Amino acid sequence: MTTLDEIIGKSQHQSWFSRIRNLQVFWVLTAAVLACLALTILTDTFASERNLFNVARNFAFVAIIAIGMTAVIASGGIDLSVGSSVVLSAMVISVAMASGLPFWFSVLLALGAALLVGLLNGVLIAYAGMPAFVVTLGTLSATRSLAMVLSDNKMIWQFGPDHDILLWVGGGSTFGLPHPLFVLTVLTIVMSLAFKWSRWGQHLFAIGGNENAAVLTGIPVKRLKVSIYMFSAFTAGLAGILMAGWLGSVTTNLGQAMELTVIAAAVIGGANLAGGEGTALGAVVGALLIEVIRNSLILLGISTFWQGMFIGTFIIVAVAFDRFRNFRS
Amino acid sequence: MSRLVISGLSKNFGAIQALSDVSLSIEPGEVLGLMGDNGAGKSTLVKIIAGNFQPSGGEIRIDGKAVDFHKPIDAQREGVEMVYQDLALADNLTAASNVFLGREPMRSLGPFKYIDYKRMNTVSAELFKVLKSETRPRDQVRKMSGGQRQAVAIARTLLSEPKIVIMDEPTAAISVRQVAEVLDLIRRLRDRGISVILISHRMPDIFSVSDRIAVLRRGELVSCKAAADSSPEEVTGLITGAIETA
Repeated sequence: MTTLDEIIGKSQHQSWFSRIRNLQVFWVLTAAVLACLALTILTDTFASERNLFNVARNFAFVAIIAIGMTAVIASGGIDLSVGSSVVLSAMVISVAMASGLPFWFSVLLALGAALLVGLLNGVLIAYAGMPAFVVTLGTLSATRSLAMVLSDNKMIWQFGPDHDILLWVGGGSTFGLPHPLFVLTVLTIVMSLAFKWSRWGQHLFAIGGNENAAVLTGIPVKRLKVSIYMFSAFTAGLAGILMAGWLGSVTTNLGQAMELTVIAAAVIGGANLAGGEGTALGAVVGALLIEVIRNSLILLGISTFWQGMFIGTFIIVAVAFDRFRNFRS
Repeated sequence: MSRLVISGLSKNFGAIQALSDVSLSIEPGEVLGLMGDNGAGKSTLVKIIAGNFQPSGGEIRIDGKAVDFHKPIDAQREGVEMVYQDLALADNLTAASNVFLGREPMRSLGPFKYIDYKRMNTVSAELFKVLKSETRPRDQVRKMSGGQRQAVAIARTLLSEPKIVIMDEPTAAISVRQVAEVLDLIRRLRDRGISVILISHRMPDIFSVSDRIAVLRRGELVSCKAAADSSPEEVTGLITGAIETA
């Protein structure tokens, strides 16, 4: 005879391994690691320092935005405008620096511009009650257009007096690791903590789980939603600055169709488009898997046209995996 | 002094008169059963008391003080808690997180504040013990039975030492054993001096816990009398209109 106390006090009888085994992140990471191992054996180039450096840097851009996207998706929304926020931010910082403004001030301008896009998204979605898909589809178009107007659709490759600082920040490395990877690491740690341990994170997941419940329990749902879209735009702005420094030049097609890769990374990493689920680490691992696939196709001499096929398959497998897991329990 | 006094309350949605001139009162530690057919205005009435709707006319007083609720949070501040029919739970969160949703206890670590999960789990476990419900604070609500979900929703209201708890069909979708537990809980709330407004379609539940029974028909209060002086037959008649008033 078990008492009520024992039943209430009992935690789920699960070893840490069976808990991890149930996480999508674990399987996606396993897939990525296996792909890396296979590539190391199959090619001489994959495990080279140069190639690993490139992979690490390239995936960081997508992963940074995928963390912002995970916040949006976990709250039950979607943000299609991130690719455009990337180009707007990159364009604002290049135009500002080209006009002679110092690096740090230009960074603030670029992030400010991206945050304004997020603010607009958030206000229209939360306060005007418009569907996130449509609002961010609109800002996707409008924001890229704004970047074109701003630059007169020219390539910018001279960044004024602080030119070298920008290139160092986005394209440089410290201890052999590319700088975007440092930014990504900090963001992953901070957001993993914020998702789990802050009220903001807890309420974000509550909105994604049951928005009505969140409203009824007095959570400031509207304000929170605005902050979530601003955070997503912030990550896009951050990536835009880093990409400008990495490429050394900015054109208006920067970040085109990037939103789709970012959403794919978030979903592969366990973000549930129905809301309520997702982790920062998952977004990073999802982005890593996509980049490893892309890189492997190039190294194996397979046409990059196949890339979409692989990513598409992974998205569907990830969702199928989720369905299967819920079906079993 | 009465805990809650409603006088001349009316509510219309456009041309539809959902409530007209409803007046009633509840004492501390009293259970009021609220009955009526679908569309009789039960939900509208309690949603006004809980701050979801604003009345078109009339007045609400709590402990003698006139109140004017614009949002559920206004009502919560005055000690009115509601257990919603759909329970308003976030399935993806744990039982403890749902109990504390919107009122998470925080701890400080230097300049950082973080959610005190340990405290949430301990307090939730205590509340579930009070409710005699086999509900584990760390389990996701998604995986819970109807009765456990009900316990989570009720535990949430207990968190703030409420004056009035409104329950909308709490026994509608749970097992017989759980119904008995929920009714026990209602008695426990009453013993603590909390006033309970219970909406239910289940006549035996209403008669087993209610001190008084109010019947609404087409937005009008047709009866409000002691349960001991009434009978299921009379209440049925009042609900359907076979009996005009009592």
